[in-house]
Amino acid sequence: MSDVIFQPITEVADALASRRLSATELMRAVIARTKAVEPRVHAFNSFEEADALAHSAASDARRDAGQSRGPLDGIPIALKDVIAVTGQPLTASSKMLANFVSPYDATVTTKLKQAGAVLWGRLNCDEFAMGSSTENSAFGPTGNPWDVTRVPGGSSGGSGAALAAGEAIATLGSDTGGSIRQPAALCGVVGLKPTYGLVSRYGLIAYASSLDQIGPFARTVEDAAIVLQAIAGHDERDSTSYRADIPDYRAELKTRRGPWKLGIPKEYFGEGLDPEIAAAVEQAIAFYKQQGCEIREVSLPHTQYCLDTYYIIATAEASSNLARFDGIRYGHRSANATDVVDLYFKSRAEGFGAEVKRRIILGTYVLSSGYYDAYYVRAQKVRTLIRQDFLNAYKEVDALLTPTSPIPAFKIGEKSDPLAMYLCDIYTIGVNLAGLPGISVPCGFTTSGLPIGLQLIGQPFQEANLLAIAQTYERAHDWHRRTPKL
Amino acid sequence: MPQELNIDHVAKLARIALTAEEKTRFAQQVGDVLHHIEQLSKVDVSGVEPTAHAFAVYNVWQEDVAQPGLPVDAALRNAPAQRENMVVVPKVVE
Repeated sequence: MSDVIFQPITEVADALASRRLSATELMRAVIARTKAVEPRVHAFNSFEEADALAHSAASDARRDAGQSRGPLDGIPIALKDVIAVTGQPLTASSKMLANFVSPYDATVTTKLKQAGAVLWGRLNCDEFAMGSSTENSAFGPTGNPWDVTRVPGGSSGGSGAALAAGEAIATLGSDTGGSIRQPAALCGVVGLKPTYGLVSRYGLIAYASSLDQIGPFARTVEDAAIVLQAIAGHDERDSTSYRADIPDYRAELKTRRGPWKLGIPKEYFGEGLDPEIAAAVEQAIAFYKQQGCEIREVSLPHTQYCLDTYYIIATAEASSNLARFDGIRYGHRSANATDVVDLYFKSRAEGFGAEVKRRIILGTYVLSSGYYDAYYVRAQKVRTLIRQDFLNAYKEVDALLTPTSPIPAFKIGEKSDPLAMYLCDIYTIGVNLAGLPGISVPCGFTTSGLPIGLQLIGQPFQEANLLAIAQTYERAHDWHRRTPKL
Repeated sequence: MPQELNIDHVAKLARIALTAEEKTRFAQQVGDVLHHIEQLSKVDVSGVEPTAHAFAVYNVWQEDVAQPGLPVDAALRNAPAQRENMVVVPKVVE
């Protein structure tokens, strides 16, 4: 059972159901693997063996009693360290929250617990989910399991790396501008960002509230469907939560077989795209054509404005959301303050890292008196045009097909210029601005052995279709079955 | 678009104490981003409504029923300083 750590949920769940494997044995295998590779990967900020084993034992007891809760019962799932779990650290990979212990569960946490999943560890990320490489973590970078001298992507780099390295069977991340899809692409796993509003944000540390969504990293599209099923649904604790019936995603996968009309946005294949990634995505397009899908070139004419629009809206929202970290009720408090106002200034100066400070500065500036209309309101209007581009395209096609990231995993320390780092998200950001679902699936490797991701972008709340389109590709390829030599 | 960035003023609004080195570095880096953002002024947005949320929802109501909240000890567990069920803060009023 040594390879159980690289099996998808579907296969592990079968082994558990047929009693070839116990949840405790599974957890022990994951713990052993994690301890063996963490010195090189550093995907976790923390984990608690005894707690995980206790929950595994409880899962085994449920199964013994004939009360298994379904496919996630006993499955170790690790969460990005921005999602609250009662009694566990919640740091956002920031010194600001280095000693914070969550007093409550996020809604996704509650739902995973109800499904019987064993919550396993706190995954490293860019500080407050701001970044594209996980290098902005206050607790040190994460190594990409395919080459530990390279980044796993970000901001949910730990979520991608832990899964690729066999340190969990599935993970959760959060995606504000590509923070699930880009690390999934760079780590060679599946990553799904749901439609805005499908998954509750309650208990997710807020970065940019109008863009943030929680979603799964998984080994297969079907696994992503299983985890999405568990975490999706209306929640009265999130006022932007979507009120509708949630389909049975796994069952829908079996019935939806296409062929589909797929749009290729020409703006996503321009300057800056790595030629090996372009070639891999072209082959994926050719595959869909062979399957009888109609391939159409489409245009999203405001694509060139996505990055700027994002960095105004996201930083503006971040400057507001992060105002709560003032050293008073929780989080880091400076020991050197002379009065209460000085306490705010010094606690924030000491608690936040450079990228967070930069984004707060930018966000504060674009919201400040005299600049609000020129930057913030204008960006919100361009956001409308960006969203309209997508909705226009969906009059012709069912989904869009693009590269996930313009470049494969780069070296740790290679990108020191913030603007160069921001360009990593050029193909993923529009999806957040338009609130759409997007998925990254493995679609090849570079000649130097680094994973390549294919992004599929779906219509609002049409995750069932999006997953089926993605699975059509996955079933005919075996990229997702490869594992890194660590 | 306006572009001058008074880093002292913005840092004060953001309530972050910056070192001299940070001020120089951030002013330059944020300035580069603002320079990039300038191209947004070329977009014709006349008659376009702003988008605050991709799927705006309005008037989300809930019955006004008391729900159990965090117990005081749980709410205070992460406070940097506390005494007698209260968060201790530096003196605010002279």
